[in-house]
Amino acid sequence: MFLQHLLNGVTIGSSYALIALGYTLVYGVLKLINFAHGEIYMIGAYLGFILISLIPTLPPSLQGNVVLLLLCVMLLAALLCALYGYYLERICYKPLRNAPRLSPLISALGASLFLQNFVMITMGARDKIFPQLLKSATITLGGVSFTWLQVAIIASSLLLMAGLSLFINHTKFGTAIRAVSSDPYMAGLLGINVDSVISLTFMAGSFLAACAGVMIGVYYGTINFTLGYLGGIKAFTAAVLGGIGSVGGAMVGGLLLGIIEALGAGYFSSEYKDVYAFFILIGVLILKPSGLLGRKSHERA
Amino acid sequence: MADLLVIEGLSVAFGGVQALNRVSLSVHEGEILSIIGPNGAGKTSLFNSITGAYLPNQGRLLFRDKEITGRKPHEIARLGIARSFQNLKPFAEMTVRENVLIGLERRFSYGLLATILRSTRFRDEELNHRKSAGELLEFVGLGRRSRQLARNLTYGEQKMLEIARALALKPTLLLLDEPVAGMNPTETGFVMELVRKVRGEGITVVIIEHDMKMVMGISDRICVLDRGELIATGDPDEIRRNPRVIEAYLGGGATPNAEKQTPNPEP
Repeated sequence: MFLQHLLNGVTIGSSYALIALGYTLVYGVLKLINFAHGEIYMIGAYLGFILISLIPTLPPSLQGNVVLLLLCVMLLAALLCALYGYYLERICYKPLRNAPRLSPLISALGASLFLQNFVMITMGARDKIFPQLLKSATITLGGVSFTWLQVAIIASSLLLMAGLSLFINHTKFGTAIRAVSSDPYMAGLLGINVDSVISLTFMAGSFLAACAGVMIGVYYGTINFTLGYLGGIKAFTAAVLGGIGSVGGAMVGGLLLGIIEALGAGYFSSEYKDVYAFFILIGVLILKPSGLLGRKSHERA
Repeated sequence: MADLLVIEGLSVAFGGVQALNRVSLSVHEGEILSIIGPNGAGKTSLFNSITGAYLPNQGRLLFRDKEITGRKPHEIARLGIARSFQNLKPFAEMTVRENVLIGLERRFSYGLLATILRSTRFRDEELNHRKSAGELLEFVGLGRRSRQLARNLTYGEQKMLEIARALALKPTLLLLDEPVAGMNPTETGFVMELVRKVRGEGITVVIIEHDMKMVMGISDRICVLDRGELIATGDPDEIRRNPRVIEAYLGGGATPNAEKQTPNPEP
């Protein structure tokens, strides 16, 4: 039974981790919590829904491989969401770059409300039901039952996270992101265009959040325009749990949060599912305020 | 000699404080120019204006006959002006080599797609940059520390890393803000030698420094700032004898004995 809960936890946790990465990356370069990030995740889910609904209109010859189609949907939704992320930063944060720290925060809340209502008006307030494309049979292995979809979600999340790690640690773009996180002014003096690095960071975070949105949409089968609220808060919690600003921390925090939730729901009561994670968060913040993998923050003047 | 950088009537004010007051000076190509002056004279403000951190209230900056006033720091850096800081600012959580690679990587010519696909050109360039990073670190004496995290270096080593990182931009003009502050005489000697070698590579160097032994020993020319104004320019001997300089350093009334109280004359 424990393994069963663990597996369910890892499935949902891997998507928390993907969203949490967006929070942590943006916090790294801007020292800003992008509270509209949850909405990007929600929009990703909706874009996935729209694209999946379009699949029956494709010529039959292209409809053969469902797995490949879903991957294309995820990729396309993620690319579109990267654009959302880019314009979100351009419109809501860039003009406030030198404003007091509270201003971009309020702008973030405004953007969040705007995006929620935008989706509600254009897509309707009711739940959207994802078409069942994958008739995935349940497989039971050593007392643990799972679907191939779960396996696919965990595998693609891990792949995306591995890709991000490579991107951050081994490309010049990643080095530039790390340089800006560490000292934006110095990075500028070394010829790094700080504005484009910030844009790039928003796009990378939104890309990952959209992937999570599509996966969660397909996994649960229904989505709603309020999806981004709780999803965003949970992922933010995951980022703080792991240590905000730390890429590894967001991954660990996301997975841990999912596992805690699943175990709590499994062994105690599923009605309090959302409480366990926050309970653990409070505990971690009391004992190690910088998060599990976070470094001691030294405030810069 | 041609003028590499021309500063014309530069003024910078913060509220009521006049950090720089109509400063005009030019930096000749290939020289080592030192800027000295008491604390608060505006030396670092001058550097900050040149590198685009401060927007001057008045005046113009011309670098290789092109106006750079009001350009963004990264644009000025790409034009060939690099600097080091009085306070240490290496990227502490990166390795020594990565710190240097950042400067080199601004000169990469391939895009994101090539990075993902790891094209041949990408790999060639990467290899070249790793080689140049190694050479630069060797040049400043950090050859064997390249895999360490920058924060694990000693103070003196971190200062050398900053110089290496600035050199990675392949600048034509290098600005050093108190490069030997806090260093022992051996290290100071090493930095002096290094600065001479840098100039030997054809790079013009401007240094802010309080260490008079270094300033007098290395400079072709010296500019003296006091309370935001340029009060003297000349070669080390002229500066040593200049009554206004002595007054600025020792205060009024010291002038009559000027000849005896020169600041640390070179033997």
